[in-house]
Amino acid sequence: MSETTPDAPGPEATGTEVEVPLDPAAQAQQLGTRSGMWGRAGTGDTSGYGGITRALEMPGLAQRPLGGWFDAIVDRLDALVPGWGTGRILVYRDELTLFVRREALLEVARALRDDAQLRFEMCPSVSGVHYPGSIGEELHAVYHLLSVTHNRRIRLEVTCTDADPHIPSIVSVYPHADWHERETWDMFGIQFDGHPSLTRILMPDDWNGHPQRKDYPLGGVPVEYKGAVVPPPDERRKY
Amino acid sequence: MTASEQINDTPNPGVNDPYGADPSGAADAVYLSQGGDWDEIAHAQAERGDEVIVVNMGPQHPSTHGVLRLILEMDGETVVSIRPGIGFLHTGIEKNMEHRTWTQGVTFCTRMDYVAPLFNEVAYCLGVEKLLDITDRVPERASVLRVLVMELNRIASHLVAIGTGGMEIGALTVMTIAFREREMILDFLEALSGLRMNHAYVRPGGVAVDLHEGGLDQLRELIKWLEKHLPEYATLCNENPIFKGRMEGISYVDLPTATALAMTGPPLRATGLPHDLRKSQPYCGYETYDFEVQTWNTCDAYGRFRIRLNETWESLKIVRQCLERLEKTTGQPVMVEDAKIALPAQLTVGPDGQGNSNEHIKHIMGESMEALIHHFKLVTEGFRVPVGQVYAAVESPKGELGVHLVSDGGTKPYRAHFRDPGFHHLQAVPVMCEGAMMSDVVVAVASLDPVLGGVDR
Repeated sequence: MSETTPDAPGPEATGTEVEVPLDPAAQAQQLGTRSGMWGRAGTGDTSGYGGITRALEMPGLAQRPLGGWFDAIVDRLDALVPGWGTGRILVYRDELTLFVRREALLEVARALRDDAQLRFEMCPSVSGVHYPGSIGEELHAVYHLLSVTHNRRIRLEVTCTDADPHIPSIVSVYPHADWHERETWDMFGIQFDGHPSLTRILMPDDWNGHPQRKDYPLGGVPVEYKGAVVPPPDERRKY
Repeated sequence: MTASEQINDTPNPGVNDPYGADPSGAADAVYLSQGGDWDEIAHAQAERGDEVIVVNMGPQHPSTHGVLRLILEMDGETVVSIRPGIGFLHTGIEKNMEHRTWTQGVTFCTRMDYVAPLFNEVAYCLGVEKLLDITDRVPERASVLRVLVMELNRIASHLVAIGTGGMEIGALTVMTIAFREREMILDFLEALSGLRMNHAYVRPGGVAVDLHEGGLDQLRELIKWLEKHLPEYATLCNENPIFKGRMEGISYVDLPTATALAMTGPPLRATGLPHDLRKSQPYCGYETYDFEVQTWNTCDAYGRFRIRLNETWESLKIVRQCLERLEKTTGQPVMVEDAKIALPAQLTVGPDGQGNSNEHIKHIMGESMEALIHHFKLVTEGFRVPVGQVYAAVESPKGELGVHLVSDGGTKPYRAHFRDPGFHHLQAVPVMCEGAMMSDVVVAVASLDPVLGGVDR
């Protein structure tokens, strides 16, 4: 079952003939590796496939032309904010993801909001993701923008490292990103520079650590039932 | 006020207890609960020449829709500043989902916004289906059932919003009749899914179980009941002078403000903008249903109330269309064909109300080795979802409910983030309330209709 996931290669097979990009940031994001046939190490796998090691990478790395209105967005951004991106653009499941240089984030956000051809009035969601396996870009802040005028959605991603978890705040452009950035700080420890009051929002004020980072344990105790012991959820088998 | 600010602002080296006393002894004024001379206190307050007092509202307050804490600075009856404090109901749903299979995630996310649980489920499942690239393969009957339960749930949620909102301004009858209708809807959903709330009915690939026996008749009865009783709210409230007096012009948010605050749902539509994801970015086949987007032009709490009331009628219109489609699609599948994804593969009504289909058990236990393997792998491991990330959004009764899902190719979500409209809208409370009366705060919060289970997740 593990090898026959529905459309396992995914759309990275289409239009993603990468010709040795110059900027490493323009390459596909590496999530880590998966080994063995069943995604699980240390089993008595005698099938001969136990030695397989596959690199996991974020699919959808796209080259121009991107198709549809995606090109118009990128062209306009190129004109308004030269050098805005890291060179990595993903098109996956009809969604456009733009990787923005963090120094340029504020300028990009302002252009996306103010320019009549772009006009993304709203930033409905900011979310963080922690990829400990992606060396050099462990923390991602993911911004989902909505244009009511043009009825479009795009996604911006900005990365930073565990050692330097700083990303400029976009509250001055999108005031409603206030609580979302606070939540992302609370849960992932990304510091949004320039935020008016970057305090914890969901966890208690005196909490230590950032719970949704991958190195933060879920907690839980083993449960015994009729002699068998069920380990806590984060210590169970992973596939 | 100043004492509490000092505790927060001045670092106290060596003292780790943020709630402990300030060791420097610096305190502005201390009022103890065991009493004192009221004259002295009033006199001291008058000497300060500062009329502002701090009022803490919640987290246990009946009119805060759950455990919402509001910290108000009051000058007499006027709100000088207001700060919402949330997080009292944070249960780590998103973190927990990372340690359960994609199917089990439904039972977690349904518990977020517990007044509109089916929207959480649909948003999540649409996201998973997008990652699996099976959006087009979800059977038609499953989509119809999703739309049906969502629209019934929308009516129930709006009734709670109207009812509790009415109760908070003193109109208890509105609440008692709203909960009566809601209970009828929950009865139907219980008969359908087995649970009054937190149904876990919508699953990746379809829905858990087909319409129950006699379900169509029960639905017809329900529609009849709602048609009879929904007009009562309009008669009771629409022109009620007290209702209007408490709501008209209160918590004013016009279109520029709503855009700056990225409001969605009834608060945005009350500014006159017909933005509804069911129309602008349809999902589950909403483009094939006939309904109108309800707007109002008063930008106030009364407009939001009227929009909710009108939307219950639009939802009922959609429910009637679902009924017709369910009649036509009787017997069709409600779960995607792919046996590697479809869980539960078969359910039927047993003596205890629900259970596994005997036919299915016979098939997997006695007839087909492959079916048994699929079933075993699905239950123990779950299904794999290709690497990638998606964002899916639905129009919940409160506004845009978005879900951001990341998969690393395993059988569990790598990250699941929910954008709850209540969480987003509570940011607007200071804009809506500062400069208003304290009694308007209650109306303003009720007009946003936040559910703290969704806000804190």
